[in-house]
Amino acid sequence: MRKKLLLLAGGVAALAAAGALATVDRAAATTAASCPTVSPGELTIGTDNPAYPPWYAGGTHGSKWKINDPSTGKGYESAVAYAVASKLGYSKSKVKWVYVPFNKAFAPGPKSFDFDINQISYTPARAKVVSFSVSYYDVNQAIVVNKGTKIASVRSIKGLRSYKLGAQLGTTSYQFIKSRIRPSQSPAVYNQNAAAVLALKSKQIDGLVVDLPTAFYVTAVQVPNGKILGQFENTGGKATDRFGVVLQKGNALTGCVNKAIGTLRKNGTLKKLQRLWLAKATGAPILK
Amino acid sequence: MRSGGNGRRSVAIALASTVVFFVAAGVAITHAPGWPEVRSQFFDWHEFKATFPEVARAFLLNIKIFCIAEVFILAFALFLAVLRSLPGPVFFPLRALAIVYADLFRGMPTILVIAMLGFGAPALGLSYIPKSVTFWGIVSLVLIYSAYVSEVYRAGIDSIHPSQEAAARSLGLSRGQTLRRVILPQAVRRVIPPLLNDFIGLQKDTALVGTLGAIEAFQQSQIDTNATFNFTAYLSAAVLFVAATIPLARFTDWLVARDRRRRQAGGVA
Repeated sequence: MRKKLLLLAGGVAALAAAGALATVDRAAATTAASCPTVSPGELTIGTDNPAYPPWYAGGTHGSKWKINDPSTGKGYESAVAYAVASKLGYSKSKVKWVYVPFNKAFAPGPKSFDFDINQISYTPARAKVVSFSVSYYDVNQAIVVNKGTKIASVRSIKGLRSYKLGAQLGTTSYQFIKSRIRPSQSPAVYNQNAAAVLALKSKQIDGLVVDLPTAFYVTAVQVPNGKILGQFENTGGKATDRFGVVLQKGNALTGCVNKAIGTLRKNGTLKKLQRLWLAKATGAPILK
Repeated sequence: MRSGGNGRRSVAIALASTVVFFVAAGVAITHAPGWPEVRSQFFDWHEFKATFPEVARAFLLNIKIFCIAEVFILAFALFLAVLRSLPGPVFFPLRALAIVYADLFRGMPTILVIAMLGFGAPALGLSYIPKSVTFWGIVSLVLIYSAYVSEVYRAGIDSIHPSQEAAARSLGLSRGQTLRRVILPQAVRRVIPPLLNDFIGLQKDTALVGTLGAIEAFQQSQIDTNATFNFTAYLSAAVLFVAATIPLARFTDWLVARDRRRRQAGGVA
């Protein structure tokens, strides 16, 4: 399995590189004028620190970033960001990463980034304040529990109602708990991933609701005794949960980014990158 | 007493300068280039109406934390203050302990103590200690505020003239009786205003328990803010905190005024 993955990784990297080379020069001439950036000639991309897997990978190499440095090009969001950059005509060396805490991504005032890519779900209310790109990942929510606890034998959404659940602040996971699971106890909401994970480990909460790829990271690394109880189906239509990059409201770059993501979706790059970085994040039982 | 004309003139000047100040500040803010954006993201009436009821419900948890913590703080701080006032070399270890305690918990940022206890204690995995974050939030606030409040008590105890103790002892009261019946009643009465001042601080610091995952008013307003990317929910929380603080502040003012009146009237303090 691992060998296959590596082979696949090599293939994708080669493909991406070839694609990038072919498009960079042609695109560069046309995009600079119609797709303005905060510092001319460069593309400034924001994300939160620490940068968690599987969205970011490849370690930190002694930089100010924790867990992963987004500039490695590894991990799903980093790879997507560089693919978009290349479509916009920016080579890898012209991409600059800045630390943008979640709250800062939508605080009023001029932005320090061209776009922020940080597992931010689109909602109509949020879109009134910032501009969202089209989806670069359609996300399913999932629930992580401790092995051997009572909740670990639950097989339905209804069965979860009597338990103490938790989510991370600012995620649609919390909205999901409130609107779909509707538990009898008010859920806990943590400001950081680390706090939420610790609460699950110390059994302050019975279950932690996170997006599915994060759930795989939580169970693989952060909570060794954890297991993914199941994922919840994306309900489709209006309720579809999808990640988009965030831009300053009305930023002219939005259209360019949308076009780039659209191309990446059509030519299969997004699928390939998902298979490469989020491959594990598919096989979890569906809770109804 | 100032004459009537003079008083009216001062009132007029105060009124004028207040109006000028607020108009100038208002104009400066509303003419800032980012004002429309700030207004729609911080002062959205529709958003305020939408978030206020939910934040107000969450504020009940702040009130609960405040009320429970206050009772324990009053008792525990008094105990610490008495420990620190014990005379004689025999009680040195207890005095030292009380001093170390006050130094430690006045020196540590509240949010750190809350994080360490709130995340750390339940993680020990001991089945006989509660896991509730509200519980550990209250414990942290009691530990910290007791350090402050014990200093307030101690100042009160120190302010009682030694002759009071000497007189009580010469009447045949024991050391404990002297403390309970003579020193403390006078000391506590004197420090009520600074005590209430600390409780206003406590009222606001209940918001820090939200960092543990408990949904109190501030955490609820953060949830709302993050859901809509609109910060108006913070305003809802701010309004509630201020509304809860004002009665306590006016009550403190009233107590201070009453105390002053009594002392000026020559009555017993």
